[in-house]
Amino acid sequence: MPAQGDMMTPDAEALAKAAGEAAGGTGRAPLQADAPGMDLFAGLTRLGDNTLILGHRVSEWCGHSPVLEEDIALANMALDLIGQTQLWLGLAGEVEGAGRDADALAFRRDAWDFHNILLVERPNGDFGQTIMRQFLFDAWHAPMLKALEASGDARIAEIAVKAGKEVAYHIERSADLVIRLGDGTEESHARMQKALEALWPYTGEMMIGDACDRRLAEAGLMPDPASLRPKWDESVDHVLAEATLTRPEGTFAHQGGKQGRHTEHMGHLLAPMQWLQRAYPDAKW
Amino acid sequence: MEQVLAWLGEVPDPEIPVISLTDLGIIRDVAYLGDTLVVTVTPTYSGCPATSVINFEIEKKLRENGVDDLRLERQLSPPWTTDWIKPAARDALKAYGIAPPIDGTAADGVIAGRIARLSGDNLKVECPRCGSTKTEKVSQFGSTPCKASYRCTDCLEPFDYFKCI
Repeated sequence: MPAQGDMMTPDAEALAKAAGEAAGGTGRAPLQADAPGMDLFAGLTRLGDNTLILGHRVSEWCGHSPVLEEDIALANMALDLIGQTQLWLGLAGEVEGAGRDADALAFRRDAWDFHNILLVERPNGDFGQTIMRQFLFDAWHAPMLKALEASGDARIAEIAVKAGKEVAYHIERSADLVIRLGDGTEESHARMQKALEALWPYTGEMMIGDACDRRLAEAGLMPDPASLRPKWDESVDHVLAEATLTRPEGTFAHQGGKQGRHTEHMGHLLAPMQWLQRAYPDAKW
Repeated sequence: MEQVLAWLGEVPDPEIPVISLTDLGIIRDVAYLGDTLVVTVTPTYSGCPATSVINFEIEKKLRENGVDDLRLERQLSPPWTTDWIKPAARDALKAYGIAPPIDGTAADGVIAGRIARLSGDNLKVECPRCGSTKTEKVSQFGSTPCKASYRCTDCLEPFDYFKCI
């Protein structure tokens, strides 16, 4: 397979797709924003890919955390997220009707077919950055699931209720730690503020909708992402104030993840995550 | 059906062997559909690794008792809650060293109203060893996702608290 272009290569997606097809049809076209039939599948993979990629990132801490209790807590949160991934991607596969199950979607897609937001693929950094990323995501995830409980599709609503109970504990934990570390020592405060500023430009994408989001909202299946902004602002402002951290003023938002355009970190994340199922397809143990 | 439930009442939870699957409240229904015995099971946490072991144990137990035509179904709604853990099982948990869930204290995801309890200060969990309420939360997640880590400041022992969901 020829070397694939990076993000700066003109039309990298087409090059990658052509390379995939040449390799035996494993490459798939990137998500088309104007393909209404695929809206529900896209919406479900956005949910499932967020939990999958964040779950994988958090699991990278297993065996490396600063203290044993945090190591266990991070691994358990990763487990919750991977469990939710099985439900979302399982339903996505069912909706797609092409015979792909959650495992096939998780392990046999390439970067451009993943629809997670860029925030969750950010590298872990130090413990503070991992916790800040988790909090900024949880502050969106909890109201998102709450809104999904009202979905017109009962299968979506029941997954949202189930996952929401777990995420309620995630946000308690991440908010707690943001406060403890922000309002902690001079060193921990400085690191948390730095993490907040570094991650801030990646938060906007969670609350910016595209054509697919609008159609899903109109169909009563998923909420308009912009409608989650007040709840997110409320949680973030409340916790940052308690944590003595300063909310950055910038409004610039990196975007593209939801449409399959990822940062270079995504390939580096997928390689260790997918290698076994790629090297030994359908391997079981 | 009562016989089937009695058999399932003999299957211990793989993570907490002092309580059974029926004690835990995860067996939602047992019914015959024609000649097929359908057992409906609800997962505790969506990522709980015990889920597949539980399904395996259910099938094993029923086959041992001569039920060959059986099917397991997963039911997500209504989602499992710790309220369904039977009273006797709560005593068994405590005797085993796990503080049982305190009903009505589940996290609700609304952060603004819960800042005061983030530290666990206003949730008095009784130490399962010495009964003291002078305990403190070490971590929101313990040995499994369903538990939190606590320690008793009287007898100084660490213990698990079965979180309310």
